[in-house]
Amino acid sequence: MRPHIKTFFYVPVFITAVLFFNSCTTVKEYQKNKLNDAEMSLSSRKIEKTELNFQSYREGASGANGGKTGGGCGCN
Amino acid sequence: MLAALSQVNPKADSVYKPRKLTFEEANLVTSYYRQDGNNSAVTGGIGSEKLTDLSNSIDLKLYRYDKRDRKHSFIGEFGIDHYTSASSDKIDPHTISSASHSDTRFYPSLSWTMENANKGSTVGAGLSLSTEFDYGSFGANVNFAKKTKDKSGEFSAKLQAYLDRVSLIYPIELRTGTGTRGEEDDYATTPRNTFNLDLSWSQIINQRLQVMLDGEVVYQHGYLGLPFHRVYFEDNSMRVENLPSERLKIPMSIRANYFISDKFILRTWYRYYHDDWNINSNTLQLETVVKLTPFFSVTPFYRFYQQTAADYFAPFKEHTAADTYYTSNYDLSKFNSSFFGAGFRIAPPDGVFKIQHWNSLELRYGHYQKTTGMNSDIISMNIKFK
Repeated sequence: MRPHIKTFFYVPVFITAVLFFNSCTTVKEYQKNKLNDAEMSLSSRKIEKTELNFQSYREGASGANGGKTGGGCGCN
Repeated sequence: MLAALSQVNPKADSVYKPRKLTFEEANLVTSYYRQDGNNSAVTGGIGSEKLTDLSNSIDLKLYRYDKRDRKHSFIGEFGIDHYTSASSDKIDPHTISSASHSDTRFYPSLSWTMENANKGSTVGAGLSLSTEFDYGSFGANVNFAKKTKDKSGEFSAKLQAYLDRVSLIYPIELRTGTGTRGEEDDYATTPRNTFNLDLSWSQIINQRLQVMLDGEVVYQHGYLGLPFHRVYFEDNSMRVENLPSERLKIPMSIRANYFISDKFILRTWYRYYHDDWNINSNTLQLETVVKLTPFFSVTPFYRFYQQTAADYFAPFKEHTAADTYYTSNYDLSKFNSSFFGAGFRIAPPDGVFKIQHWNSLELRYGHYQKTTGMNSDIISMNIKFK
């Protein structure tokens, strides 16, 4: 891994981990109305399926987004 | 007081739990994709990348509860893609008379999950098939998820395997045999297998913010190139691309969604990727959901992608005879890309166009641009019935 890429990767992960996980609070079920909004879903949405497919074919990187990392074909 | 009470979830016992298989939802997703560029791998990194793809899939989700109050969900999906590709004409330009070669891919799949709400755990499994003229794929997966005691966090694990067969269709000038057409219907095949372990942790941070960390390890083994990708060397010779028979990919991502207000939701996603072909990549996507009404939203989005080149990539006529592995596939070159557009979602409480079971209608358009010059457009639609 090249040094600048290491920095690019580790810095945001570290900041994210510190900021987010230090500030976790228990949210009761009746307090989850905002989190349960359909637009707050953490999974990729069905309408993005073909986008994720073409990106996995046209780019060297894939995965960690609910899209495919193998199988089928990206022949063209 | 009454409003507050109305937000309390009913006790599990008071919710209707059908023992018989019951319809939950169905989705129709259709997309049209077009691309253009001048770095086709079929012609050694030069030539048209023009391609269109019409994709349609339908899925149906059914569920039932067993005697132990566990929810069993069954999802069946069937998809058809039809594509035309200008570069595929160049595999054997003498035998294809159409302006663009075309093919159709079929991909059915079945999956099952069993959720135990009392224990906060879910297990599941799935099978998939994909078949097209020169490629076949069989996939299987198992998955497991477990929530924390206070249900603010969830750990998920998914193990997948794809057992694929690649037909060895070589460029016409490299084919052996004396026949002109007859042998082409019976190509030899070779395996390409993919094994994938996906681990994720989702966490509620507070009433407005939730995040998910996702890490995968993907191991591929077999024929990882394509037999009709030409490579032209410095000395004007030509061969088909040759890539290592193994590849280890490690993508890691973090997703964070923030409910800014009743009008705005911010969705962010970042991924770092590394593989042992020496591709390193960063991806950042930002989406802002703007709720014009409680039931109609517009979502502009922007995605930035950057990658380094694979060790085995070189452009047209830049490989030397000393290279063990070689490709001129620009998808493995160094480039940046931008993808931007907008989505529209309508989900009225009395159904789309007052049709009660038509839960939502989504449209999404995006334009994609690589620094290599390749560009594409995609428009998608999702119709959901519930």
